[in-house]
Amino acid sequence: MYKYDEYDHAMVEARVAEFSDQVRRRLAGEITEDQFKPLRLMNGLYLQLHAYMLRVAVPYGTLDSRQMRMLAHIARKYDRDYGHFTTRQNIQYNWIKLEDAPAILADLASVEMHAIQTSGNCIRNISSDQWAGAAADEITDPRPWAELLRQWSSFHPEFSYLPRKFKIAVIAATEDRAAMRLHDIGIQIVEKDGQHGAAFYVGGGMGRTPMIAPLIKDFVPLADMLSYAEACLRVYNRYGRRDNMYKARIKILIHELGADEYRRQVEEEFAHVKALGIDPPKAEFDRIAAQFAPPALDAAAPDAIDRSDPDFAVWVDQNVAKHRVPGHAIVNISLKPVGGIPGDASSAQIDLMADLAEQYSHDELRVTHAQNIVLPHVRKADLYALWQALDGAGLATPNLDLISDIIACPGLDYCSLANARSIPVAQKIAKRFADPARQRDLGELKLKISGCINACGHHHAGHIGILGVDRKGTENYQLSLGGSGAEDVSLGTITGPGFDEDGVVDAIERVTETYLAARTDGERFVDTYRRIGMAPFKEAIYG
Amino acid sequence: MKLLTGNDLKTGFVTWWTGADWSLHIEDAADVGDHGEAILAAEEGARRVNAPYIIAGERTADGPRPAHIKDRIRALGPTVRPDLTLKPADPAAGDWVI
Repeated sequence: MYKYDEYDHAMVEARVAEFSDQVRRRLAGEITEDQFKPLRLMNGLYLQLHAYMLRVAVPYGTLDSRQMRMLAHIARKYDRDYGHFTTRQNIQYNWIKLEDAPAILADLASVEMHAIQTSGNCIRNISSDQWAGAAADEITDPRPWAELLRQWSSFHPEFSYLPRKFKIAVIAATEDRAAMRLHDIGIQIVEKDGQHGAAFYVGGGMGRTPMIAPLIKDFVPLADMLSYAEACLRVYNRYGRRDNMYKARIKILIHELGADEYRRQVEEEFAHVKALGIDPPKAEFDRIAAQFAPPALDAAAPDAIDRSDPDFAVWVDQNVAKHRVPGHAIVNISLKPVGGIPGDASSAQIDLMADLAEQYSHDELRVTHAQNIVLPHVRKADLYALWQALDGAGLATPNLDLISDIIACPGLDYCSLANARSIPVAQKIAKRFADPARQRDLGELKLKISGCINACGHHHAGHIGILGVDRKGTENYQLSLGGSGAEDVSLGTITGPGFDEDGVVDAIERVTETYLAARTDGERFVDTYRRIGMAPFKEAIYG
Repeated sequence: MKLLTGNDLKTGFVTWWTGADWSLHIEDAADVGDHGEAILAAEEGARRVNAPYIIAGERTADGPRPAHIKDRIRALGPTVRPDLTLKPADPAAGDWVI
């Protein structure tokens, strides 16, 4: 876990003091809402449907128990006893009072957290692989590089007023668990001739114009990574469109320039930037990396798991993943109970997960972009006791990557940008497919719902995607098939005319029946879709 | 009818113009007719409301009802958390939204 140094502390504490004064001036009428709005947004404070909403940054999704308990404390003291984990590995609170915001930020600062750059046209929270440091398929822990990017991008004077918001993901595994190529910049740490370097994918994103990031550079020496990122941003900052917010993301610039021309300009800029010396000396990177040193895990720990409890065995099969150290496992805690609200957790549940991380996972937790929580370093011998504790708190739903493990944005129940509700649709689908055996028979099926074209629910990347739209004042839902945010990245294709809330649930059932009838051995839903195409599904849906 | 709504500056809670003041309850909302813009400017200037805007609504037996579902959700609360709405004891309250 990275620990703040004196610069981090000073920056965050200065920001708390600054924002406290801005809030005071706003409440006193010394500044207008038009003047205050960009200031509160820079501190993650939005005005949503029912109240102010605070989005707290969780850098690369990594937390310790002390920080997790603070998140529970904030939910309990300042909100309505729950928080909502987001698709950017952050947490949001929906019922914040403006007058409480300074105290909340001070509480966060006391555990080395903040809400800086969780809004606005700046570089947002750096996201990463939730299994980083534990995954069996990674070549190195990507988080030191994510932390380096966090430090570089925090209050970066040149990139605080970009044409539009900017999202970066860093991974170091062959499996993409962070939707890396659907980011403005996706960085994959790769190995070449025995050396690690960074592959830069630039210009991906979802929203109203979804695009998969093209490969801009296949191998940037890690000693040049910051300079190369700076060059990518500089070209965008210089030529990104500020005249039209719908065309302001870097994906549009690269689409219009072409990847080759963008690459040429980046290389030209890189030659200049590299001479500025912004990449850290090795000693500084080593200082950061040392803080992500793996915990001392006993590779001789028992590897066998007693599977005599059938419910436990199902959970192990579905929610527990292979750890790189024998005798250990990665535990995925589903925040998707059938009929629940995807990503929501009560204060008591957040506290419990903090306690369990302390007891069983070397004090570490991760937030996933799929709105779940991970305990990354659990001894297999402790799995049963851990499962019992989770089960007692409604946190042991065995549905990771199944149809009820739905990503859903807050939608029209909370969000002022939304056109339709997302959560009730997720709940109805989860209830329709509640039978665990039926879900497991369907296998991996990633279903993602957004309540508007901004695509916070990642619907473009869903094996099955749902987009809520406003059709003459009525909620309507478009269905898409064939998307993926993983290493087999693809964008979904709309099936045809939309549906009402119940109609889209029925349509999904027909889609799954078509898959079951057509699949061959070992084929996931998305594999079958890619093999047989849209036509059979369309026929089943629309007749 | 036309309704004037916004958010309370301190709490962010949804508020409705009653003709003389602001209320959390849409049942108290008044028809602002053609005076909405003038009231909006005065109230925003006096910092009694944040981000105000005028919406269309209709008179019903249960009181004013916003024309758009978004404002009905604002008026009641999230449909997926009846316990957090303004009518937590009324299980049928959500029907008014849909």
